[in-house]
Parts: sequence; C-alpha cells; structure tokens
Amino acid sequence: MIIKILGSGCPNCKKLEINARDAVKQLGIGADFVKVTDFKEIANYGIMRTPGLVFDEKVVSFGKVTDTATIVELLKTYINDRRV
Amino acid sequence: MFVFTWLNDQLLKMMWLNELVGKVLTWIGIDIESRLGSSVQFFAYDVIKIFILLSVLIYSISYIQSYFPPERTRSILGRFHGVTARIVAALLGTVTPFCSCSSIPLFIGFTNAGVPIGVTFSFLISSPLVDLASVFLLASIFNWNVALAYVFVGLVLAVAGGTLISWLKMEKYVEPFVYENPMVQLEAQDMTRKDRMDFAKEQVSFIIRKVWLFVIIGVGIGAAIHNYIPEAWITAVLGVDKWYSVPLATLVGVPMYADIFGTLPIAAALVEKGVGLGTVLAFMMAVTTLSLPSIILLRNAVKPRLLALFVVYCTFGIMLIGFLFNILMG
Repeated sequence: MIIKILGSGCPNCKKLEINARDAVKQLGIGADFVKVTDFKEIANYGIMRTPGLVFDEKVVSFGKVTDTATIVELLKTYINDRRV
Repeated sequence: MFVFTWLNDQLLKMMWLNELVGKVLTWIGIDIESRLGSSVQFFAYDVIKIFILLSVLIYSISYIQSYFPPERTRSILGRFHGVTARIVAALLGTVTPFCSCSSIPLFIGFTNAGVPIGVTFSFLISSPLVDLASVFLLASIFNWNVALAYVFVGLVLAVAGGTLISWLKMEKYVEPFVYENPMVQLEAQDMTRKDRMDFAKEQVSFIIRKVWLFVIIGVGIGAAIHNYIPEAWITAVLGVDKWYSVPLATLVGVPMYADIFGTLPIAAALVEKGVGLGTVLAFMMAVTTLSLPSIILLRNAVKPRLLALFVVYCTFGIMLIGFLFNILMG
C-alpha cells in the first residue's frame, strides 16, 4: 500500500510521518511512503488543515498529528475493509 | 469594580508574581533596586507571566476553537451573503484555529467550495490579526480599553478589506486551478470531549514550541529598552509628534515573521518610553497580519495583482489605524 503524508514540510508533518512509520513497523506490513508538499495536490484531497494522512488515496486523518497507536488502529481497519 | 480591578491585577497582570520574583532575587543576593537587578526582575517576571498566560489561554481557547473547525466555518459562511457574510467571516476568523502553514489549503478549500473571495479574505485578515489569546495578552500588558479597541479596528479592517476585494471583482486574479474541478468536501471529524482536550493540549505544546524563542527575545529587547535606552533617543525617532513614526513602524513590521506574543513586551516597553500607542499597535498589526513567508505562500494561489492589492491594502489600513489611535489617544 501507499501511505501519503500531506503537508508543506512543517514540523507537524514530520512528526506525523515518524508516527506512521512506527505504526507500519509495529504491524510488520509493507508500505511505501510518499510526501505530498504541493498545495494543488494537497487541496485535491479536500483537506483544509495539514498535516493529512492518506492510505491509498483515502484520507484517514487531517489537521492533527495522529499518534502511533491510533494509526495502528486505522491501518488495521483499513486492511480489514480491503479484504472484505 | 474593586473586585474586577483586583482580579485583573492578580490574574492577568500577575502582580503577585512580580513580588515573588523580587523576593527570590533579593534572597539570592541580587539588589533589585539596581539597574541590572531591576532588569533581571523585569525579564524573569515577564517571561514567566507570558508563558503562564499563554498556556492557560491557549488551552481554553483551543478547547473553544475545537467547535469551529474550518470545515464548519465554510458551511456556516455558505448561509450568508454580501457584507453580512464578510462580518461573519471576520468574527469566525477569531475562533477558527489558524496556522499560517494551513492558510493556502484553507484559501483553496473555501474558494473552491464557492465562498466568494471577498469573504475568504475577510477571514484571512481577521484570523491571524484578532487572535483571542492576543486580546487577553493586550489586556494584561495594557488594559481592556486597548484590547477591545484592537479587536474592533481589527474586525473593521478585515470586513472593509473583503468588501474592497469583492467590489473590485478580483476573482479573475485567483490562480485558475483553485476553481478547477470541484474538490471533495470533507466533513469535520466528530470529536469527543477527550479529543477536544487532547487537541487543546497539543495546541499548547505546538504554540509554545513555536513561540518560546520569540517571547524570550521580545522580553529581552523590552527589558533593554525599559532600562538602558534613554527615552530621548526613542522619542526622537518614534515620538507621537513625529508623523513618520507610524509608517516607519508599519513598514518595519510588514516583512517580519514574528509572533504577537514576542512583539507585545517590546510594544509595552516602547509605550512606556513615550512612543504613541497607535505607532505600537501599527507595528504589532503589521507583524501579525503580513509576513514575507506568508506573502510568498499566498502567491501560490493568487496572481500578483490580487496579492499586491492585499498587501497594499493591509499596509495602508494599518497605518491609518495607527494615525487614528495616535490622534485619539494623544
């Protein structure tokens, strides 16, 4: 899967990326990380507050630095939904 | 009235803290009557006071702000038209959480959803300018009259700016991609009480981390002005009788990227040394509303002509406010 971090490079975006990488490591899944810094692209996802977190084009959180435990839950739900 | 004055002095101005700092300094053998001693007392008292006020204020204000995410503001704005919409936008600007790094996504999100650009600009001017925390800090460092006057002129500046942009039909000077294909309009995520408390806590640590250096530098400069720079030097350049003090303060403030929390202590020290209140307010408004980084960011979404109008309008509007305050208070 592809995990995108949306944000212009502010400290919060970096923190979110660290949390997301930790979550992926905890679950032992494979994921590619993409940083989206272009405003046009960020706007296309419909978010008005950065940073945003996107799993395969689906916005799962925005406007806050989601913590690792929450991202783990989000990932579990997302992977389960995909299987169904 | 007595109770109010007492609450104001002890809670907002924290007179007890000044005494406490004085006692601690005397106890460790520093003479607080000496010039250096009184500078140290002023510095320690001001830094501690601002950090206490900031933490308490940002926590409570962020809790309130969690009820007004931009997604909600956008849908509220859709219900109003004309100048009412711009007034509502300016008012919502004071309670919507704002970070300069989100101003572009916010501009695109509003405009793409059909919010008129005049309304969006009213929001974009008021949001950094009339920040609730800064209002309380103004009341703490000056008084409530100054704080309320600041809010009032800030809102007027925001509403008039949006109105001007709408009259001049500046829509065509927005980068076309902003209007292209309707974007997804995400709804605000539901929040529990715990979410709001977490959000408020996060905001406190985020803002403190962002502004602590500005505050220390600001208080340091303020303390230096307070104790070491002769009043005559300052009034020679920035005195109320110098007509150019307001434009000078504004033009110095515009490109600066600092925080109102850092500029307030400098402002307070300058007023004490005989600089006009209007001059000082113009400086603070210029610093918070415009900055070089935010102007460069905005260029991503609007064309040079609209950007220039925005910058020139804010600059002259702020100067006008400065002159008015100097005349009325002088």
